[in-house]
Parts: sequence; structure tokens; C-alpha cells
Amino acid sequence: MEPVARFEIRYTQFLDEHGRAAGEWPAFARDNDQLVDLYRWMVLMRTYDAKAIALQRTGQLGTYAPILGQEAIQAGVGSAMRSDDVFLMTYREQGVQLMRGVLMKELFLYWSGDERGSDYAVPRRDFPICITIAAHATHAAGAAYAIKLRREPRAVVCALGDGATSKGDFYEGMNAAGTWQLPLVFLVANNQWAISVPRSAQSAAATLAQKGIAAGIPSEQVDGNDLIAVREVMDRALARARAGGGPSLIEAITYRLSDHTTADDASRYRSADEVAAAWKREPVLRVRNYLIAAGAWDKPREEALVRDCNERVQAAVQDYLDTPLPDPAAMFEHLYATLPAALDSQRSEALERAAAASHAGSA
Amino acid sequence: MPQVTLVEAINLALASEMTRDETVVVLGQDVGRDGGVFRATIGLVDKFGAERVLDTPLAEGMIAGMAVGMAVEGLKPVAEIQFSGFAYTTIDQILNHAGRMRYRTRGRMSCPMVLRTPCGGGIHAPEHHSESPEAMFAHMPGIRVVYPSSPRQAYGLLLAAIRDPDPVIFLEPTRLYRLFREEVEDDGAALPLDSCFTLREGTDVTLVTWGGMVHETLAAADALAEEGYAAEVLDVATLKPYDIETILASVARTGRCVVVSEAPRTAGFASEIAAAVSEHGLLSLMAPVQRVTGYDSVMPLARLEKQYMPSVERIVAGAHQAIGWAG
Repeated sequence: MEPVARFEIRYTQFLDEHGRAAGEWPAFARDNDQLVDLYRWMVLMRTYDAKAIALQRTGQLGTYAPILGQEAIQAGVGSAMRSDDVFLMTYREQGVQLMRGVLMKELFLYWSGDERGSDYAVPRRDFPICITIAAHATHAAGAAYAIKLRREPRAVVCALGDGATSKGDFYEGMNAAGTWQLPLVFLVANNQWAISVPRSAQSAAATLAQKGIAAGIPSEQVDGNDLIAVREVMDRALARARAGGGPSLIEAITYRLSDHTTADDASRYRSADEVAAAWKREPVLRVRNYLIAAGAWDKPREEALVRDCNERVQAAVQDYLDTPLPDPAAMFEHLYATLPAALDSQRSEALERAAAASHAGSA
Repeated sequence: MPQVTLVEAINLALASEMTRDETVVVLGQDVGRDGGVFRATIGLVDKFGAERVLDTPLAEGMIAGMAVGMAVEGLKPVAEIQFSGFAYTTIDQILNHAGRMRYRTRGRMSCPMVLRTPCGGGIHAPEHHSESPEAMFAHMPGIRVVYPSSPRQAYGLLLAAIRDPDPVIFLEPTRLYRLFREEVEDDGAALPLDSCFTLREGTDVTLVTWGGMVHETLAAADALAEEGYAAEVLDVATLKPYDIETILASVARTGRCVVVSEAPRTAGFASEIAAAVSEHGLLSLMAPVQRVTGYDSVMPLARLEKQYMPSVERIVAGAHQAIGWAG
């Protein structure tokens, strides 16, 4: 018997959990100004995330899915993408969204239960959040097909979680991407937990990355808590995609430091010891430690950054809270390009009832 | 004018719109070199190339999901699902995504796609090849459901479906694919997606139907004519959103309404029409609305198919019930 196929999954890390450099660094990472800029984004993400949870806990926001612990992946992806690339996401990618120009106010609106939060002023071509797990893997293939058909030098990034890799949609999307060599990068943020189901119970595969191999896609693993490594593997995958070199799969190893959502209590199913150990590998501190050791960061700059982030988040919160409720007519406004006459009577009924309720409320 | 079958009319419409609009692409299993299992897409790959006529891997959910992604990113995909029983795995994509993209982004994005699939029984096919899922799709907000019953309708309605800025489920009556020919002018003219077609005028009873059942319903109208009853035959054609006004206007004249559908009865589209006619037309009704439908049974395999499908006799019996109602 002869082996007819062989594969290996490589793992990339440039910045270890203590903030110490490992391996030969890519050019962008040797520029401390660039790293400081990305560090600022990561702190802004964490500040925003904490505020979103606080708003939910005080009844000012709906159920919310925190990004805590995944800031390196999001800063790496967000900075590697170009504005005319297309991003398709799950519900735990708010950091990437912020970097792509989505307003914090729009994020708060979305998580308050308001569709206007998906009408991004920028970026107009990014897909809205996909709640049904992995369904967007095939949307990504379709969008990438359109881009390839038009011979545009753009790429599509489809972000998923570890749980999503168990779904057929994920494989179907990858299979399409491989079949047509689409300009598409699948980014699996493996945060070890799909609500209460640990990675070990999700699949017997040694890595999630190797699932891409089955679809004929170059696939690799990266330390998802290492900003530099994520950015570097994304840079390479995106460059190849834009140049017509086909799709990639990147499994970024990280840890969900928070609950699944504000409606979840992770202490029911995982140990405090495990979470404490994960905090030792968290992504923000390791960039800060590196920058301080490199002489590019210090306490006064940190304090100024925290102040600035708090102010920006607070301003967005105020903007969000000042936004009036959507008009009930909105239920019918964007159902079709033009509302069919058959729906006129339902629209009138909804408006009349809303007007009567509002009249009763003000009386 | 050429005399064409319904499936040839589909092919004409696809070729016509792909010529007119280069963003139109066709995708599905075997739609390229093979021309589709029913030959609906025959010749398209030669004319428009494999980039615009995609033979896809075998995964219906992926076909629908890719169509969503293509449509959002500026193409006008026309996806084919080989048989309606295989379309059920596309429901997640149609219900959760295609019908919601415009709504959930407040109009920032749209999803102008068409999902075509052969529908209905009567061709002695294997299991899952004879389903009637129109009510499931008609229940979904944000989409259109179209079900033509003749070559001319198929041509004009498919053009309209492709040009429509929103997602359209386009159901094709397999049984009528090659049952008869009709003159179809390949002039690129679309038919409206918001009206019923009055196929026959009459004053004694309104027979409402769509898709393959139009054939039996017209035969039932003939039989009723021999008995001296003038039946009006309405072909709903677009089931979502549907033209209730034409149906109500007809019932106002006839006072009697029979809805014919080969799908199972409970919660079927015939029930929707019966409910709407009762709700808005009660005072014109001289008899309860009758439903002549398939049974609440699994669609049987070939040998019992004929017993399952509404026959001309069952439709006539339904009309007799309505006409002879004594209160």
C-alpha cells in the first residue's frame, strides 16, 4: 500500500504569552508605530465590549455576545483587510466591524434590537451579522464567485467559530471555494467553547484547520492571541486570494474569556482554573508587555489611551441612547423593493394600531 | 411564432435574459454540459460559457446559499434545484437569509435571486420527486412564489422573476413540462407578478387553482359546461404575494368558490385562499368555499399517485357541492 495523500498543519506564533518575540518577524511588526496603532484598537475593543455588557446588565441593551479575549484575531483581521474586501461574520466580530468603519453607535443599535444597526454607513458591502451558524460560509462563496467573475482584485473573509466547523454549510462553503478557487479566506476563531460544548466534544479531528485540507484548501493554524501572527497569516492569505491564488483556511486558537452571551453563565460548565489559565495567555496584555519592553509604551500613554477610549465609547453610548425608536412603518419598508399592494392593508393596520397606542400613551 | 413546450419556454427565457443582462448566471447540478435533468438549461453553457452556467457540486443548501451571496454581491443568479423534494434543505437559506437581506439591512442590501425547481406529481417519479411545497415557501416573508401553468406564462413570468429586485421561488409543474405546446414569442416581454390570470370566464362557480392542477381544472370546467354550468377558472400563478382582488371580484359574481390544489390539505395554500374568501367575501358566498386537494398523506409512489392527485371527477364533485349547496 502506498499513501496517496499526505498533509500537515503548521502553527504560527511570533509573540509568546509573555510578550517575547519568537521567530523571524514580518516587516510591519518591526515598526513599533504600527503595533501601537493596533494596540490602541485592541484597547478600544475591550473598552467598548465592557460597556456593552454594562449596558445590558442595566437594561439598556439586549442580549449581547462579548468578544473578550479575541481582540488579537479581530485586530489582525481588521487591519489586514482592505476597505473594498468583503467581510462576512458571526455575532462575535464587533472588533473587526469597528476597524472596518462600522460605527459603535450602529453596534449598540444592533444589539439593542434595531435593524438600523446593520445599515452600516461604512462599509456598505460587508454582509450583516449571520446568526444561523455557518450559513454565511456559502454566502461567502457566492460573493467571492461574483468578485472572481468580474476579475476584481478583492477578497472575501468569512469569520466563523469552532462550533461552525461541525456544520455542513461550513464544508459546503469550503468545497465551493476549493472547486472554483475563489478569493475567499475562512477564519475560524477557535475559542474552545460553543456555548457549553468544549472543542474536545465538537470533533475528533486533531485540528479544525485540517477540515480545509479535505476541501483542497491550504489550511493552517495560528496563535489567535498573537496579534502579529494573525495579521501575518491573514496578509499572506488575502494577498494570495486577491492575486487569484484561491482560498485559505486559518484556524486561530484563542479562548472565550467571557460567557457565550449575557444570557449565559459559563461557570455552569467550565472551571475557574481553566479560565484563570486562559487569562495568562490573553492577547492585549502581551502586546502591551512587548511595547513597554521595546520602549514604545508607558504608563502615561496607557492612561491617556484609556481616557480616550472611555470618552469615545461614552459618546457613542449617548448617541445610541438619543436615537429615537424606529417607526412602525419600518416593518414594511424594506420587506420588498416596493411593497406589494397585497400588503397594504396589513401595513395600514399596523400603523393605525401604533398611532392609537401612542395616542393612548400620551393621553 | 414557434410552438414550444413549457420546459422549452423556460430555456428561451433564460437565454433571452442572459443575453440582455450579463449579470444573470445560472447554477445548479448538471445545468451545464448536461443541460439540466429536464433539459431546461440546454445549450446555455455553449452560448454563455461555464463561468455563467455553473455545474455545481452536489449540495442544494450550497446552491441556494451561493445564490444569496452572488445576489447580494451584484449578480442575478438563477439557481436550479433538480426536484422539489430536494429543495427542503434550501429553506434555511431562503427563509433565514434570502427573504431577509433587504429587511435586516434596512435596504442597504438586496437579494435578487431566483430559485427554480420542478414541482408536483403525475410523472411516476421516485420518492421526493413529486412534492408540492408551495405553501411552505408562501409562508416566508420577503420572497415571491411563482408557479406558471403554460409555456407562455413560464416564459413571461420567469423573465419577470429574474428582473424582480427581490428573491423569487419559481416552481415549475413537471407534469406540464412537455404535455402540450403553445406559441411563444421570444420577445423578452415579461408578465406581471402581481395578478391572477382569468383563463375562462363563467358565472356559476369560480374554480381557483395554480401550477399543474390548471390542466385538470380546465378539463373540469369543460365537463361542467356540458352539464350547463359556466365555471370561471382563475390561475393564481403568483402565490406570494397573491392577487386576492381578482378572486374576490370573481366570487362576487359567481357566489361559489372551489380551490384546487394537489398539495396536502391542512395548512395548504388552498386553505389560505378559502380563509381570505370567507373573510372578505362572505356576503357574496352562497355556499362554503370547497377545497379539492391532495390528502394529508405522504405523496405516494407511482402506483398510488393517481388516487392521491385531485382528478377531474373530484374537481367536478367539488363544484357540485358548491353549486348544489342547500344551506
